[in-house]
Amino acid sequence: MMWLSANESEALTLSLSVATRSVLLSLPFALGLAWVLTRKRFFGRTVLDAFVHLPLVLPPVVVGYLLLLLFGTRGPIGGWLERVFGVELIFTRNGAALATAVMSFPLMVRAMRISLETVDRGLEDAARTLGAGAFDRFVSITLPLMMPGVLAGAITAFSAALGEFGAVITFVSNIPGETRTLPLALYSALQTPGGDSEAARLAILSCALGLGGLLLSEWFARRVRRMLGR
Amino acid sequence: MLSVIANKRRGAFLLDANFELPTPGVVALFGRSGCGKSTLVNVIAGLLLPDSGRVALDESVLLDTASRLNVPPEKRRIGYVFQDARLFPHMRVEANLRYALKRAAVATFVGLERVVELLDLEPLMGRRTHELSGGERQRVAIARALLSQPNLLLLDEPLASLDASRREEVLPYLENLRDQLAIPMVYVSHNFDEVLRLATHLVLMEAGRTVAQGNLSEMSLHPRVRAIIGSDAVGAIVDGTVLGTDSASGLTRVQVGHGELKVQCDKAAPGTRLRVQLLARDLIVATEPPRQLSVRNSLPGVITSVANDVDDSDLIAVDIGGILIMARVTKAATRELGLAAGKPVWALVKTASLRPHVI
Repeated sequence: MMWLSANESEALTLSLSVATRSVLLSLPFALGLAWVLTRKRFFGRTVLDAFVHLPLVLPPVVVGYLLLLLFGTRGPIGGWLERVFGVELIFTRNGAALATAVMSFPLMVRAMRISLETVDRGLEDAARTLGAGAFDRFVSITLPLMMPGVLAGAITAFSAALGEFGAVITFVSNIPGETRTLPLALYSALQTPGGDSEAARLAILSCALGLGGLLLSEWFARRVRRMLGR
Repeated sequence: MLSVIANKRRGAFLLDANFELPTPGVVALFGRSGCGKSTLVNVIAGLLLPDSGRVALDESVLLDTASRLNVPPEKRRIGYVFQDARLFPHMRVEANLRYALKRAAVATFVGLERVVELLDLEPLMGRRTHELSGGERQRVAIARALLSQPNLLLLDEPLASLDASRREEVLPYLENLRDQLAIPMVYVSHNFDEVLRLATHLVLMEAGRTVAQGNLSEMSLHPRVRAIIGSDAVGAIVDGTVLGTDSASGLTRVQVGHGELKVQCDKAAPGTRLRVQLLARDLIVATEPPRQLSVRNSLPGVITSVANDVDDSDLIAVDIGGILIMARVTKAATRELGLAAGKPVWALVKTASLRPHVI
């Protein structure tokens, strides 16, 4: 990309890569949780609901710190992941993806829940009388009908992942080419003497990305609504 | 044979149902709105679990709470046509139909082409469901239910959301299905006209209970059915056999009990079964064989009972040879003619007031 410097283009591609991984990682979990929280009544549901929303109200630094405790090399989950799968999270872009996934998770679950609540259970009953089992019903009826929410959730989470700063820098530090996403690059530029113009350019880039994301999301939502005949 | 027993308490509402339908046949679940008809149908479909009950179709038991047996709806092979059609909005008409066909657990006995032809769906196949009219939606819903290759078809007020002319547009298709496919049906309705045209049996429901049941002719004169349909619509529903065409008038001659009716019906070959409703308000009772009258039909019979009816009139029940019909006459007429049980009479009715249905 000729109008971007090497650093800027590196931060941009890294951000996109981290955000993509983050969304792919959280999507199945968010779908499962949205389902459970909307459709199931069980003891401790309210607590689980609150827990899912926790990253919205916690300082991102706290989330990064908790991730360090759990997913660090000596943390209970991090150690196990490394031993069994050889997956390293600390100081890697996968770690950055995990941090952004946790931060944007509530946004994704929320969007999915709202759309799942609008799905007419009567249509699932109808599918049932036509011989569709539980998983079949979910894939053939529920999921397509809640697709606007899934897409909205994914796009919101993607945009949020592009902008996540606190949790990322706490959990995976600020390594150029590995974990220095756009906001981290912007922060570094501000810390560097004479980096003002680069900071401004990165800020404009972030604005453009955010705006593009919102427009894309709107366009998707319209297409899906038309497909669903609304 | 479909047999259903179901009990369920839901707050103040109590479902207490027990009925049987010889198969194949069409049983109408008839009653006022909110009397629990839909609840009962949901129990049969398996979408609602009763506190206790048993549902069996021929040899297969679908629900038996006593032995903790509950076949889930997706395995019951019961087609369900909902009042609100419930077409899948993210699929076109054809995809809705194929959805059912693909999931049918048994070899196809009602094929796509057959259903499309029976319900005249060819022009609709590529449409989105929200582009369909109310009547078209119901036709697609019926087709979809049929394509799941059901052993039983439940229709929960499929025409209730349609206006009279749309209803008239769908009814012939339902009559057609009943005659062409030997699938037993449970037809929920609070419209007696639909029941009259489609059903072979009637189960009357009141406040969650099945209060009476029987074949349609018997049930048409049931006092509680009369109370629901209103005094103007009271009348016997009689089934008869076409004898032939009356050469002088061109009218169709129908054997009913010992007597014979002449009705306007173009397409009835001899031997065809016809159903006619003889409304009580249209019948005239004579104590001797009529002469010099324009009335084309006179059915000889014997009075079996005289009962009080609305507005200073009596309801006279007449046996016309194993079939009971009813006539409404004023109390003054009852007195002057000496109408009483055991008296031989002739029931007269104008051909113009008869609307026969082929059954």
